[in-house]
Amino acid sequence: MSTTELHVHNPVEDLLRQDRIPTIWCPGCGIGTTVNSFAHALLGQDIDLKKTAIVSGIGCSGRVSGYMNLDSFHTTHGRAIPFATGLKLANPELNVIVYSGDGDLTSIGGNHLLHAARRNMDLMVVCVNNMIYAMTGGQAAATTPGAANSTTTPYGAFEPELNIPQIVDAAGACFVARWTAFHVMQLERTMAKALKKKGFRFIEILSPCPTYFQRKNNMGDGLAAMVDYKKRSKIKNGCPTWETVLEPGGEIIVGEFVDREREDYLTRMRRQLGSNYTEFPPQMEEHESEGCSKEC
Amino acid sequence: MPKGSVAITTERCKGCGFCVEFCPTHVLELSSAFNAKGYHPPHMINAEKCSGCNLCGMYCPDFAIFGYRNPVDKPQKGTHS
Amino acid sequence: MHADQRCVLTGTHFINGDAACCEGALAAGARFAAGYPITPSTEIVERFAARAPKVGGLFIQMEDELASSIAIQGMVWAGQKSFTVTSGPGYSLMMEHIGLAAISETPCVFVDVQRGGPSTGLPTLPAQGDMMQARFGSHGDYVTIALCPNSPQECFDLAVKSFNLAEQYRVPVMFMMDECVGHMTEKVVIPKADDIALFPRRHASKPPGEFTLFEPGPDLVPEMAHAGEGYKVYVTGLTHDKRGYPVLNADAQRELITRLFEKIRRASDELTMVEAEGLEDADVVVVSYGITSRVAQRAIQMARDKGLKVGKLRLICVWPFPEKLIRELASKVKALVMPELNMGQVVLELERCAGGQCQVISVPHPGGTVHKPAEILEAIERGAR
Ligand SMILES: Cc1ncc(C[n+]2csc(CCOP(=O)(O)OP(=O)(O)O)c2C)c(N)n1
Ligand code: SF4
Ligand code: SF4
Ligand code: SF4
Ligand SMILES: [Mg+2]
Repeated sequence: MSTTELHVHNPVEDLLRQDRIPTIWCPGCGIGTTVNSFAHALLGQDIDLKKTAIVSGIGCSGRVSGYMNLDSFHTTHGRAIPFATGLKLANPELNVIVYSGDGDLTSIGGNHLLHAARRNMDLMVVCVNNMIYAMTGGQAAATTPGAANSTTTPYGAFEPELNIPQIVDAAGACFVARWTAFHVMQLERTMAKALKKKGFRFIEILSPCPTYFQRKNNMGDGLAAMVDYKKRSKIKNGCPTWETVLEPGGEIIVGEFVDREREDYLTRMRRQLGSNYTEFPPQMEEHESEGCSKEC
Repeated sequence: MPKGSVAITTERCKGCGFCVEFCPTHVLELSSAFNAKGYHPPHMINAEKCSGCNLCGMYCPDFAIFGYRNPVDKPQKGTHS
Repeated sequence: MHADQRCVLTGTHFINGDAACCEGALAAGARFAAGYPITPSTEIVERFAARAPKVGGLFIQMEDELASSIAIQGMVWAGQKSFTVTSGPGYSLMMEHIGLAAISETPCVFVDVQRGGPSTGLPTLPAQGDMMQARFGSHGDYVTIALCPNSPQECFDLAVKSFNLAEQYRVPVMFMMDECVGHMTEKVVIPKADDIALFPRRHASKPPGEFTLFEPGPDLVPEMAHAGEGYKVYVTGLTHDKRGYPVLNADAQRELITRLFEKIRRASDELTMVEAEGLEDADVVVVSYGITSRVAQRAIQMARDKGLKVGKLRLICVWPFPEKLIRELASKVKALVMPELNMGQVVLELERCAGGQCQVISVPHPGGTVHKPAEILEAIERGAR
């Protein structure tokens, strides 16, 4: 068994920090699969990669930022969105993508998710939903289906799971979609579309966690989860988000649910400020000092 | 010559089988051999059916496989490879 | 480098400490801030919200202090100077992100206008109960710099200084005001921009490809590159190597944490910022900081009127603690007296540094108001006996 000695080059490699591969992800984990769709979506656009930053919180999914050959920020648990908000506000030229887990974005970071959507902050948020707190060893998340087993809900959870698209839609996101790690091509297209849009864009991706979610619930390995996604998914573009609840064992509604135009935060700010906003070019003397000798 | 082929970085493979399962033309199979980490990387069993579509690459969570189209050498009108 | 004249309100003003702090931040070059309303700090961001757009900046009111305290770090990594403003309860929520700023060496300023605590405590009344929190509040081992102004004028001057120190050492700087200083209105002289020296961002001196993000400079402080400049920076709150890549072992931890401590330890002389008077022949020295120093001043005068030899030492920079100075002082005097608006926090450090060479007398106060000069005088008299 040897690597084919040919001058073939996987373009995804250019977007990875080669010196950090292999990843820490388990065999059959879906997070890496979603990265392929993301990388292809980024490469297929005329997006300036030098002006593209990726921000993550903490978790297995939160490791994505550190594998991408972009400006990478691995922040604190739940707080990727407010960090990204600061980044975007202070340099509006940046394309800022948040890539993190379901627990990170919707539980501990749930409040930030709501308000960034409400503000229509110009961010693209990718939420890898493995329905569990994976990095910490399989505890219940707000997304864990009720009957499912987790280390902290040994008798099942006594609370219903979150329908993330509905929350984000209600809060005002201008783009909301859901796919699974199985839908690699659809996901790439949706990501490409979202990358081009302005405002708060949200993409949920169901992704297998064989180590903690599948195994603990006798659902087989990563591959079994992928095959299951393929079987259970139903594409319903434009589906009202109150209908996208994930029933255990039921249909998985996927597609692009929301795509609307809304003025984003910075555009609205500039418009409302009018003459109260003053452009702030660098101080004159900084220009003068260019070409100046060191002594002056 | 088949339309496409795959490049496999065997040492990166974690043997998940995604590529095998989702190759539309069933080109791949997990080999019985182990890589250094103890996983079974894929190999081609139906190489002639490979279209180079790179779906296997899109699915591979460990960036271990890449499908590419073979260069069509000097295509002469009317010939098929 | 000096301040940009477009941001500096040069002139003589009659404003409160909160307003002066806001002007100090602007003069220091901070045009971006994030915060969440809380008494008695809110006036700072209210003023900033009105002022910032006029200089191409902005204030964003975030959904909570967790958000504010990390949004400012995004602003910094986008190339700006930034700060957040809060008081006790909000300060507690910010702790995790003080640690993030420390480990990722993100230069930024946290303003805490201290009020009575714990919990909701005394929202509108003064205290100095967050002083240990300013030093040790976030988990893990790290160092910060904490400055304490005692007048609206210093709210301006030391706000500028806070930003300068943050840039110079690449640490989060704690600007520890209190309700009294924040709400006290006095004359504040804002100098000409040319007379306000600024420490510029230590920007990468090498191009992408040749630059290593956390390579320490000669003073152990690394240079900085921002998002969008082509450096492909990698910033993480995990223990990391010079490239910024996570390395999760004891050796990497030792190397990183030792350097973070050492870069501040090396600067301890420069960071010894005090106002001293009459130390030469003093039997007793009153050591204080912030608003309490003004009450102490009165007590010192009363004691001197009684013929006692009393010196004054006001800590402008409380953290790092002026260890060397205190050690020397303790060897010469009978007693060190420390009044503070808490049940005895910084006095623990004073005691440690005095090392039993002299008496250390704590004058605690739970806050809500300031000390009575007589309480401090009584302690001075005890120390002089
Ligand atoms: C403030 C805080 N609380 C808890 C943790 C521990 N922790 C780390 S990752 C994680 C859950 C991650 O779950 P999710 O966001 O779904 O990511 P996944 O690992 O499943 O991809 C938790 C609870 C932490 N790092 N910080
Ligand atoms: S624990 Fe689960 S989510 Fe984390 S890397 Fe392993 S499979 Fe993926
Ligand atoms: S390139 Fe396409 S056809 Fe070839 S092995 Fe991969 S998935 Fe199968
Ligand atoms: S998808 Fe990748 S990791 Fe999984 S078996 Fe195929 S080559 Fe190996
Ligand atoms: Mg998860």
